[in-house]
Amino acid sequence: MGAPHGHRLHFHGHSPLHRAPAHHKVAGLITFMLVVVATPVPWLPAFAAYAALLAVLVALSGVPVPYLARRMVVETPVLMFAALLPFVATGPQVAVLGLSLSEPGLIAGGGLVMKATLGVLASLLLAATTDPRDLLIGLERLRVPVQLVQIMGFMVRYLDVVSDELRRMKTARESRGFTASNPRHWPVIGRSAGALFIRSFERGERVHLAMISRGYDGSVRR
Amino acid sequence: MTTPVLDLQSVAYAYPDGHQALFGVDLHVHRGERVAVLGPNGAGKTTLVLHLNGILLPGRGTVTVSGLPVVKDNLAEIRRRVGIVFQDPDDQLFMGSVRDDVAFGPRNLGIRGAELDRRVMAALDLVGMADFVDRPPHHLSFGQRRRVAVATVLVMEPEIIVLDEPSSNLDPASRRELADILTGLDVTLMMVTHDLPYALQLCPRAVVLSDGIVAAQGRTLDILTDDALMKSHRLELPYGFDPHAC
Repeated sequence: MGAPHGHRLHFHGHSPLHRAPAHHKVAGLITFMLVVVATPVPWLPAFAAYAALLAVLVALSGVPVPYLARRMVVETPVLMFAALLPFVATGPQVAVLGLSLSEPGLIAGGGLVMKATLGVLASLLLAATTDPRDLLIGLERLRVPVQLVQIMGFMVRYLDVVSDELRRMKTARESRGFTASNPRHWPVIGRSAGALFIRSFERGERVHLAMISRGYDGSVRR
Repeated sequence: MTTPVLDLQSVAYAYPDGHQALFGVDLHVHRGERVAVLGPNGAGKTTLVLHLNGILLPGRGTVTVSGLPVVKDNLAEIRRRVGIVFQDPDDQLFMGSVRDDVAFGPRNLGIRGAELDRRVMAALDLVGMADFVDRPPHHLSFGQRRRVAVATVLVMEPEIIVLDEPSSNLDPASRRELADILTGLDVTLMMVTHDLPYALQLCPRAVVLSDGIVAAQGRTLDILTDDALMKSHRLELPYGFDPHAC
């Protein structure tokens, strides 16, 4: 059993950012996001300042930049959408490198990229410097409904169990000569996902049985 | 004779889809006993276990725990008295840390503060897992998780502990460690298992459940050496295992 220590988004460390109370960090992140989203796109110096602030925090946290950069790939779908905007948006057109692009589309796309990148980076920094369990305690201190926090707790607890199951199913598929390489194979992946869903659902039922066996009656106690 | 810890009288149960799993089970377990429930797959063992703490209520017959009938109004007390350790520790350990997991049951009983901490540490001490109290369960080995699962039940200070396939998926060393822990506990124990050598090692008495009834019961050694009985209920000893040699 070679379970990795800590969560895969979490980067173990002892920086001031790691030590800060989780609820301060969560509140800080939410404030930062609201400010970033509310800033009009043309105010470029403001965005530069946000980026500089994040850069200082990253440096302070001691989390390696490549570590964060690798995890930035989650932003890809947003970037693709942003790249599409200048082509599909209406309004006055400008010529860039011989292409006729929508000016509002360019601005909106650029704004989206800036805001999304800042948001994703800030969230990754929070995840990298906060243990998931502290994060849950922080959310609880911020008065997030306890049922929601509990559901997130189950997610953290079972993420590894479910991804292990997924990996075993993949190994079993590949051992029988199947490797998904083109879209014609997607139905098989879909059926695996369905099987995983059923298994997780059944596990949920068993966990519930184990809970009521220990006197759980639906109310959350602290 | 004293009141049995566990008293089942002609318990019958059919699942909502019509499949009948139990056809009238009579079973008594007395204080301090260690009893193995043996039986082939599909004999109704798991269904029986779920009757012991009222997860399932019998269609006919009665279940009584130390004189208290298993009915809706008593379920909270019944679940304190009967501790079930399920087969897959990943089902049993659902909190973010070993401490929270072991504390889950007593917390449901309304225990808090220093008393809660004391009971959690005492239970973890009994299974030799006190050093792991602040670790997340998914970072423990399978054997360690099974031991913590036993602690989550011990902490309730139950009158009887019921284990469903306690030795499944354990390597021989973990299997032996668990046996050492279980023999060291001063509680009434019932274990449902396919692992006949384990049953012989841990439980002086055995009950054979087959086709939804108690087909035989007696000294574990007598049952395991009754070839005709064993054969007729699809029970087989592992290759090379001689019960007389133990």
